[in-house]
Amino acid sequence: MKKIVVILLLLISYVGLKAQVKLLTLNELEQRVAKGKDTTYVINFWATWCGPCVEELPYFEKLNAENSKLPIKVLLISMDFKSKIKEAVVPFVAKNQIRSEVFVASASNQQAFIDGVDKKWSGALPATLFINTQKKIKEFYEKEFSYTELATHIKRISNQ
Amino acid sequence: MKRLVILCITIMGFITVKAQDKGYQLGDLAADFKLKNVNEKMVSLTDYKDAKGYIVVFTCNTCPVSRAYEDRVEGLHKMFAAKGYPVVAINTNDPIVSPGDSFDQMQERAKSKKFTFAYLEDPNHVYTKKYGANKTPHVFVLQKTAKGNEVAYIGAIDNDQEMENPVRDNYVQNAVNQLLKGEKPTVGFTKAIGCSIKWKKAAGK
Repeated sequence: MKKIVVILLLLISYVGLKAQVKLLTLNELEQRVAKGKDTTYVINFWATWCGPCVEELPYFEKLNAENSKLPIKVLLISMDFKSKIKEAVVPFVAKNQIRSEVFVASASNQQAFIDGVDKKWSGALPATLFINTQKKIKEFYEKEFSYTELATHIKRISNQ
Repeated sequence: MKRLVILCITIMGFITVKAQDKGYQLGDLAADFKLKNVNEKMVSLTDYKDAKGYIVVFTCNTCPVSRAYEDRVEGLHKMFAAKGYPVVAINTNDPIVSPGDSFDQMQERAKSKKFTFAYLEDPNHVYTKKYGANKTPHVFVLQKTAKGNEVAYIGAIDNDQEMENPVRDNYVQNAVNQLLKGEKPTVGFTKAIGCSIKWKKAAGK
């Protein structure tokens, strides 16, 4: 009986977590951001296989948690292979108990996706986009962030 | 006057350094190198006497994107080495920061994957920086000209990392085929997701 309960719990958590990782096209991302009005989106492009990305993820998580009452939203967009969602991304999100919204990029044309995010992006990871439609703010960085840097950026953008 | 000269030299030096930071652009002449291959022999571009050009692939052992492309890189070498465009692969990563990219591990990988192309180490990232490779894999197709080895293509191998599309744009293949026909590649620059370079950590850190 105990075993069944454990299995059931595992199944429930698996299904629940699975639902957290959705595919996202560039078009869907643009629509999401446009609908956000006064929201500042902090969009981090990462991958489970990218060491520096994994290192900075907790800072994005902290930023999301500490600003939950403000119009600030962290979106974590994984550039992992789509075939690795079940095998790599879902278990990673579960293991690290990631609370921010996680997506896997769905791009039939990767170059169009990269250029669509920002022309300055070479394709290297990690990369982060700060975007606020109402304030017409769009800042792109192909680099790693510390928590202090993230907090400073958000403070500056919110006050603009 | 002396101060002005020094200032000018400093500024010029700064500009040169800046330009180097960005790496090569299309049409630039690429530097030759002398780097250790997995067979312990030193390899330079000039060693390939019959080459009409080169497919220089900055890559590594550890990056999933690079690994997904290993067979395709071998395929390019098989397809083009005899026609005068051999693949020369260079490992970009510091072996201390990324132990999976040590020389031993490179030898191991080359053996197990039966690479027939040269797979070179690049201690201190000298050529990775000079060429301006900023991720793996990152390809530079060079064309041998009277002036030197001219950069004719920079970017990805193709536009289908996971090989999921029946129709893919084989960027490198197309570029080399055009060069062999005496044409300029229609697509000279492309972008793709890759792994960041595992740079050597500064001393004391």
